[in-house]
Amino acid sequence: MIQFEKFTLANGLRVIVHQDLSTPMAVMNIMYDVGARDEDPNRTGFAHLFEHLMFGGSVNIPSYDEPLQMAGGENNAYTTNDLTNYYIQLPAENLETAFWLESDRMLSLAFGEKSLETQRKVVCEEFKEHYLTKPYGDVWHKMRELAYTKHPYRWMTIGKELSHIENAQLEDVKAFFFKHYRPVNAVLVVAGNVTVERVKTLAEKWFGDIPSGEAYKRNLPEEPVQTAERKLEIKANVPLDALYKCWHMPGRLDRRYYVIDLLTDILSGGGSSRLYQSLVKEKKLFSNIECHHFGSTDAGLVVVEGKLVKGVKIEEAEKAVEAELDKMKNELVSEAELQKVKNKTESMIAFEDMSVMNRANSLAYYEILGDAAWMNYELPKYATVTTEDILQESRAVFRKENCSTLYYLSEVN
Amino acid sequence: MTYRKQAPAIVDAVNFKLSLKPYQHFVLDNGVEVYAVDAGAEEVMLTEWVFFAGNTQEEQNLVAATTNFLLRNGTTKRTAFQINEHFEYYGAYLNRSCYNETATITLHCLTKHINELLPVVKELITESTMPSEELAIYQQNMKQRLKVSLKKSDFVAGRLIDAYLYGEKHPYGKYSSAEEFDALQRDQLLSFYNQYYLQGKLIMFVAGKLPAGIDKLMNRFFGDLPNKPVEVKHPALHPAIEKKVRITNDAAGVQGSIRIARPFPNRHHPDFLKVQVLNALFGGFFGSRLMSNIREDKGYTYGIHSYLQNHIQHSAWMVSTEAGKDVCEAAITEVYKEMKELREELVDEEELLLVRNYMMGSILGDLDGPFQIIARWKNIILNGLTELYFYDSINTIKTISAEELRSLAQKYLQPEDFYELVVV
Repeated sequence: MIQFEKFTLANGLRVIVHQDLSTPMAVMNIMYDVGARDEDPNRTGFAHLFEHLMFGGSVNIPSYDEPLQMAGGENNAYTTNDLTNYYIQLPAENLETAFWLESDRMLSLAFGEKSLETQRKVVCEEFKEHYLTKPYGDVWHKMRELAYTKHPYRWMTIGKELSHIENAQLEDVKAFFFKHYRPVNAVLVVAGNVTVERVKTLAEKWFGDIPSGEAYKRNLPEEPVQTAERKLEIKANVPLDALYKCWHMPGRLDRRYYVIDLLTDILSGGGSSRLYQSLVKEKKLFSNIECHHFGSTDAGLVVVEGKLVKGVKIEEAEKAVEAELDKMKNELVSEAELQKVKNKTESMIAFEDMSVMNRANSLAYYEILGDAAWMNYELPKYATVTTEDILQESRAVFRKENCSTLYYLSEVN
Repeated sequence: MTYRKQAPAIVDAVNFKLSLKPYQHFVLDNGVEVYAVDAGAEEVMLTEWVFFAGNTQEEQNLVAATTNFLLRNGTTKRTAFQINEHFEYYGAYLNRSCYNETATITLHCLTKHINELLPVVKELITESTMPSEELAIYQQNMKQRLKVSLKKSDFVAGRLIDAYLYGEKHPYGKYSSAEEFDALQRDQLLSFYNQYYLQGKLIMFVAGKLPAGIDKLMNRFFGDLPNKPVEVKHPALHPAIEKKVRITNDAAGVQGSIRIARPFPNRHHPDFLKVQVLNALFGGFFGSRLMSNIREDKGYTYGIHSYLQNHIQHSAWMVSTEAGKDVCEAAITEVYKEMKELREELVDEEELLLVRNYMMGSILGDLDGPFQIIARWKNIILNGLTELYFYDSINTIKTISAEELRSLAQKYLQPEDFYELVVV
């Protein structure tokens, strides 16, 4: 059970305090309710580029990193399709430095031309490093465009194409900031060796006078129900053929999410999982195979992906995957198999919660979803899942007309 | 209104008194030493079995790594599937890793399940069978994985720079090939297993929320292993003669992987800890000279780092980055410029304080939790050091002077000592 206290400043900033006196450190985590799904389809990659610009100095503080390092702190940030998160860890004595830095960049950025110019280049190099130079690096660009027709999950957080990043203008940057980076759209978590009293005082002092901003009303196009299977074939300079299949699944707040989360663990994720045992070890069709899901807030995707053993026909490999999925649709899994993945979930949560940083991050995440307290109700939700639920969801998800398939073939064959 | 231009007062991290929580030490009946750190709030624990079964000991490439990998793939009593199912049923993670001098088995589990898991770990150490069928699958899948990796310039660059530094035959420099995977024989693995696991020398580390009587528990399962002494080999170095190399791995590649490296002595050398500070200043953290110049000012790369390699016998000082194909040479020029600056100019007090505070804060943050604490101890013990190493390191960070850093730069940051490689 993770204990915390929550209060809201007059400007709408939600503040959560989680005390842990066993560490000498303090953690500050600020999550903004904006991700790549909130971008203009003609200016993708913006939420992520913006995350880089947040380190280019704020209105009163020319350098973000230096004063933090001077205070013995470290920081980082990440952007997903759903949200953007910034976190700092520093010795608890120097907590106020984190308040000073984070509140100033929430107040306003410096919006320097030089910073934008450099970070455009840095992000373009990141794009190349992760998505262009790696074999199979573009697969999720293609797969998202195949599986989504309307919803903005059809592009990745890095952006649809390099040109969107290269063409970013300072005016766009400003508009984005004042729309999304306002107290009313953010959650602040302070955790570690801190007291609620001190956090209250510091939050009022540093964040209290920042203008509230307008609450962002998200109004995204819903993805229409898929009614026919979709297929795409790519030939590229890769050494091995690879198979990717995905199916639509419900969003994060649906009870079915928990059933599907366990279902993917039964199929993959360990040496005793079904796809690995059957297709890698027994049939030797794949050299590796995985099943996972996006974990996204809006309706996401369940994915099966694997690389084929040289010489295996991709149609044959695909049939074998479908045969395993048919088993899930036709027979109840055993109670022991379900218990195994529930135990795994329990243990995963325990390991995650070891670090103060993870706890702070989770509290912010659940608060953005709806309520920080939900963090403590996850295990009971998994516990209620039955073998009958697994059967029903397998039938609901693994339907041909719900599926997109991508053959990623080696052109050297 | 809050006055925002002025930074709040800070306590300089150099003023913190850092201490490394001591371990408990006990010895099993057969002489196996166990180091334990009992701490943490969550009901979880980590157990690590360290054997002197690294690739330094093998006669033929890949034998050590393959033996280590196949430990989990079959015993006289269980198939690979049954072994995996057992650990996974209890939500435990059983990993194995092969390094140069050592090879390990690592178990992460909820403390309440330790009694069900230890007997099966014992079985892996004493009754592994290395089935031929499992070996064949491993060979095939590793060759396929290697094929994909060889398309990546960073993977190719990482292999080659180590081969230049230590020699292609040296354990720190050798790398895998499809032919060597094919050459593996089950008999070799069984013989390696017999000598270095079943009969081999073992050291154990445990950390987390430990059950009462952990010493008796470990003795019950692991106190009767032979635990014979193992002589760790010290092969000679054969560094490459040619220092500057450019390789095209993928003519259509848009980025180059740059590695610039020089040999460096191990942790027992008096300069090692001091150079850690110089390295931080040079390229060891986000605020370093290399990062500020080459990423934050020029935008040539997503990231550039320098570090001392984590080896026991010899080390190397490495600069590593992926940069746009057309700016690789410009990036390399900037790296040498930064070396020159460190050789010729004294670092000012403010920047030096920044590095000191950053390093101290980073150690303080890193000591958070039992798994991190045992990792520090493991590093100290396996390198044949004592806790003095930890306290010397703190002391060096606090007291090293700008003059010392400059003279270390003059000694070690000489361009002619560096290998320089770009793989596109």
